[in-house]
Amino acid sequence: MSAQNNGFSVIGKPFSKPDAVSKVTGRAVYADDMLPARTLHCRILRSPHPHARILSVDTSAARRMPGVHAVITGSDLPIKFGILPVTQDERALEHEKVRYVGDPIAAVAAVDEEIAAAACDAITVEYEVLEPVMSIDEALAETKDERIQDYGGPNNIHKLVALEFGDVDAGFAKAEHIREDVFFFQGNTHLPMEQHSAIATFVDGRVTLWSSTQVVHYVHRALAKVLELPMNRIRVIGAAHGGGFGGKTDPFAHEIIVCKLAMLTGRPVKCTLTREEVFYAHRGRHPVLMWVRTGVKKDGRITAMHFKTALDGGAYGSYGVASTFYTGALQTVTYHIPAYRFEGCRVFTNKPPCGPKRGHGTPQPRFALELHLEKIARDIGIDPVDLKQTNFVKPMTRTVNWLRVTSCGLEECTDRVMTASRYRARQKRSGRGMGFAISSYMSGAGTAIYWNEMPHSEVQIKVDRGGVTAYCGAMDIGQGSDSVLAAIVAEELGLQPPDIRLVTADTDTTPIDLGSYSSRVTFMAGNAALQAARKMRGMLVDAVEAKMGSAEAVTVGAGRIGDFTFEQASILAEARFGTLTSAGSYTPPKIAGPYKGSGVGPSPAYSYSACVVDLDADPRSGIVHLNKVWIAHDVGRAINPLLVEGQVEGSVYMALGEALMEEQAFRKGLHKWPSMLEYKSPTFMDMPEIETFIVETVDPEGPYGAKEAGQGPLLPVIPAVSSAVFDALGVWIDEVPVTPEKIVEALRRKGKGEAPRFGPVRFPSIPYPECIKVEPPDRDGST
Amino acid sequence: MLRLPRFKYLRPNTAREAAHMATEVGPRAMFVAGGTDLFPKLKRRQFEIEALIGLDFLSREVRPGSHETELGAGVTLSAASTDAHLSSQFRGYAEAAGLVSSPPLRNAGTIGGNLCVDTRCNYYDMTYEWRKAIGFCLKKDGTICLVAPSSPRCWAVSSSDTGPMAMALEGVVTLAGADGERELPVAALYRDDGIDYLAKQPSEVVTGLRLPVIEGNQSAYVKLRRRGSIDFPIAGAAVALQLEGDVVRRCRIVLSAVASHPLEARAADEFLTGKTLDEETVREAAEIAAKPAKPLDNADLTHFWRKRMVRVVVEQAIALAATRAGGSAVKLLGQ
Repeated sequence: MSAQNNGFSVIGKPFSKPDAVSKVTGRAVYADDMLPARTLHCRILRSPHPHARILSVDTSAARRMPGVHAVITGSDLPIKFGILPVTQDERALEHEKVRYVGDPIAAVAAVDEEIAAAACDAITVEYEVLEPVMSIDEALAETKDERIQDYGGPNNIHKLVALEFGDVDAGFAKAEHIREDVFFFQGNTHLPMEQHSAIATFVDGRVTLWSSTQVVHYVHRALAKVLELPMNRIRVIGAAHGGGFGGKTDPFAHEIIVCKLAMLTGRPVKCTLTREEVFYAHRGRHPVLMWVRTGVKKDGRITAMHFKTALDGGAYGSYGVASTFYTGALQTVTYHIPAYRFEGCRVFTNKPPCGPKRGHGTPQPRFALELHLEKIARDIGIDPVDLKQTNFVKPMTRTVNWLRVTSCGLEECTDRVMTASRYRARQKRSGRGMGFAISSYMSGAGTAIYWNEMPHSEVQIKVDRGGVTAYCGAMDIGQGSDSVLAAIVAEELGLQPPDIRLVTADTDTTPIDLGSYSSRVTFMAGNAALQAARKMRGMLVDAVEAKMGSAEAVTVGAGRIGDFTFEQASILAEARFGTLTSAGSYTPPKIAGPYKGSGVGPSPAYSYSACVVDLDADPRSGIVHLNKVWIAHDVGRAINPLLVEGQVEGSVYMALGEALMEEQAFRKGLHKWPSMLEYKSPTFMDMPEIETFIVETVDPEGPYGAKEAGQGPLLPVIPAVSSAVFDALGVWIDEVPVTPEKIVEALRRKGKGEAPRFGPVRFPSIPYPECIKVEPPDRDGST
Repeated sequence: MLRLPRFKYLRPNTAREAAHMATEVGPRAMFVAGGTDLFPKLKRRQFEIEALIGLDFLSREVRPGSHETELGAGVTLSAASTDAHLSSQFRGYAEAAGLVSSPPLRNAGTIGGNLCVDTRCNYYDMTYEWRKAIGFCLKKDGTICLVAPSSPRCWAVSSSDTGPMAMALEGVVTLAGADGERELPVAALYRDDGIDYLAKQPSEVVTGLRLPVIEGNQSAYVKLRRRGSIDFPIAGAAVALQLEGDVVRRCRIVLSAVASHPLEARAADEFLTGKTLDEETVREAAEIAAKPAKPLDNADLTHFWRKRMVRVVVEQAIALAATRAGGSAVKLLGQ
């Protein structure tokens, strides 16, 4: 539980967040709290049909309503946008075709929200209703009316990927046991506490947008494109943030709409999504159907693996191309797989678009992989934990798909949870079980979303008599990125975190950071901050050295630089060098493999996690009661152990929700339960005790050795729950969420002598292209 | 965000005054006590009103007596769940009150409100926009039942936890109308209809609940829901039992959330009366009790599973009540 403090004065200490007091006392200013004078309120008219052509939109009645200042439709914002350059397929408002219930069609700015809502209701839209496509199977089948999108294909296929690393057939030929399994991971959503909210002004020819976003920079780019304004006329500021988890990483229609309405009316315009609309904004976990075939030797060593995925993408591209690659990328980062084939497919369906949610594209295959290996171990009579350990990757190696592994705490994480949970000595009684699983995640993607050679993160530091200010485009979404910046700058300058003023996530005043997604901020902004702070420290030390006139090393710490207080030192330095500013930046190493598609998966460092779940499962009702979760996470180094624990426990919480109940379900073309009451997510009452172990492997490239903590710890928990259910009742639930009804059904099948499992029975036939064959790198080559 | 519609707020000082106001305004008036179910429904435009009539005047007292205990309809669910007298004499009732929703809502919600709580359906408890998109249903603005399109009636589900328990305890409600008060057994308060689910006049106010003291009666309420808090019941069993040794002298079983009204399991009551309680009789009784339960696909989890679970909660509630009544033969079944 404790982190070593190796001579640091700030790093490794559990400082509270810089905004902790304002958040818990309700004084933090979220976008929805902002109410400048003359603010207009915006509501969005959304499609009631999952799939339809728009024949006409009549806004005349809405425009005539007293209090309505502007009504816009798709023809006012015709330019398409999207997070990935290859899938610019969204419009802020659609005027040709709607693709899911909730697709935006028109927007109203009015003096209050009730009038805006009434005006939306007064807009008449004529539709030609089309056959909706609501499942992976339907999307793969011949199109009934017309395709959802006009790109991709055949049928409603969006993206196909086929890659082969090493000689997979030869690997299977060498195997002494081969097994195939099919798994399904249901979609779910982020459910942040704060709904999306944005408010825009248009003053002196400039647009300013405050938004609850994870990435001010990507919003900035999308606004410039759709509004047809140069980026220098647009300012995007991240308001206080009430949670993202990946759900606020795309640029969104409402952000563009409020800017356009502000430009048209000259007044501030605000839009806060309702909870229902948040379910439609979505970009959450893709439902993924998976097929995996693995060959092993008698001792459990893997000889080859073939992994197929089919992702239900919803109606638009979003991050989907990346998500598709991610369902095949990180299998190799935990287990040594000498030959690996991956075939991935994403389809369009008439549902809210899926995208990145905590773990982006990797919790689904991790669920499949961990359960698949459990089953293989049982097939060949090896303890599953032993089988997994036999195949663990080693530090400082390259995987068969060219991913560079540096620090790796898999062994230590496993030891910690195995020992603490007494897994091997667990008492066997009916209905009680334990499950074990491991995982890995990236500390930031090694390549940017849009191709460029610039740094991924930049930090500037300004020092004057008034103190230290650090500027960075990174957005603190509650994960603590501001804390990390403050801690690093404070550590280097011999100060304490509260001494550091932070200006973040403001495209006018801060240098670019690519945002809070992909678990990249600690690693990337952290390294940029470290570089900037060391430069600043160098100037301060130089000035003090010159003043002291001695060759003795100047010590920095406890608010002093050599013989001087920090303020005195900064005056000396400013007198000597002029205005004191420094800058640092971080560009990930070029480590991607030599093949098309190699951009998804490489990361400067991978975190590792191991987890044991202890539960009781009632054979009669199928109801699961969680007893305890042990989780160990290799974070490289905990810059702030309190926040690392917070991220780990939050990940466990979110994982348990996905494992047991959360479900983005649809009925009659509509989201079945777009409300926080009916979309079940765990309450305090459903949470077990969590014992967290922070493992520090001190990564060679992370700031002070730090890696990510925000996403990775979610991954092992979900398969560990399903494994524990098997341990308890002897049935496999090969489908997430593991609900009581599935357990009861699996037990019924077991009782009848059928296969003791619940899950998908087949994987569809998908027209994957010929695999791109990639020669693996030299084994154990560490660069 | 979802906003409340505009409405008048009327503040009568007595139930009679409230009833007068309700008569005057007509069908577009509603009573509000805790408002925990009402306000979200107003935001979703499930109710369209002109006026809300506040029931702040309702008694918040629990008055124990030798023949009966009287609860003011304004007693909050929190107060009912922690009241020492209720917890010892009418334990199942305190239990049911304590299992409603979440602590903040129990602090505001009243026992009168929970008795009268609107029936639920996941085609109905949705926003105006959602209901408009799927097509309005019989219960609000539409002409068909979306869960059973061929049926002429509404199948929204009775979702009170305390109502079934008050029925099992043979409680009586006091209703105040413009012309005076009347009393009604709780069992007669409900109708088997998702829309007209209450037998009282719209202008009548539930002012109190009286639970008779039945010597040796012990009660229990078992609620099935997905999570440990917040959720409405997806099945529930309220049981009141009087034992002599292990022989059942009197028994009342009422099910929640499996029909449009709290469902009395009279056949099971009769089956058990006079029987010695053992695992076998409990199982059989539960099976009989569960038979008329007809969950539909309009609540959480599948209706097949919910149907199956009715037996389980009935067994658990009987076993719990029997244990409280000092029964020896029945060990706690299930969880």
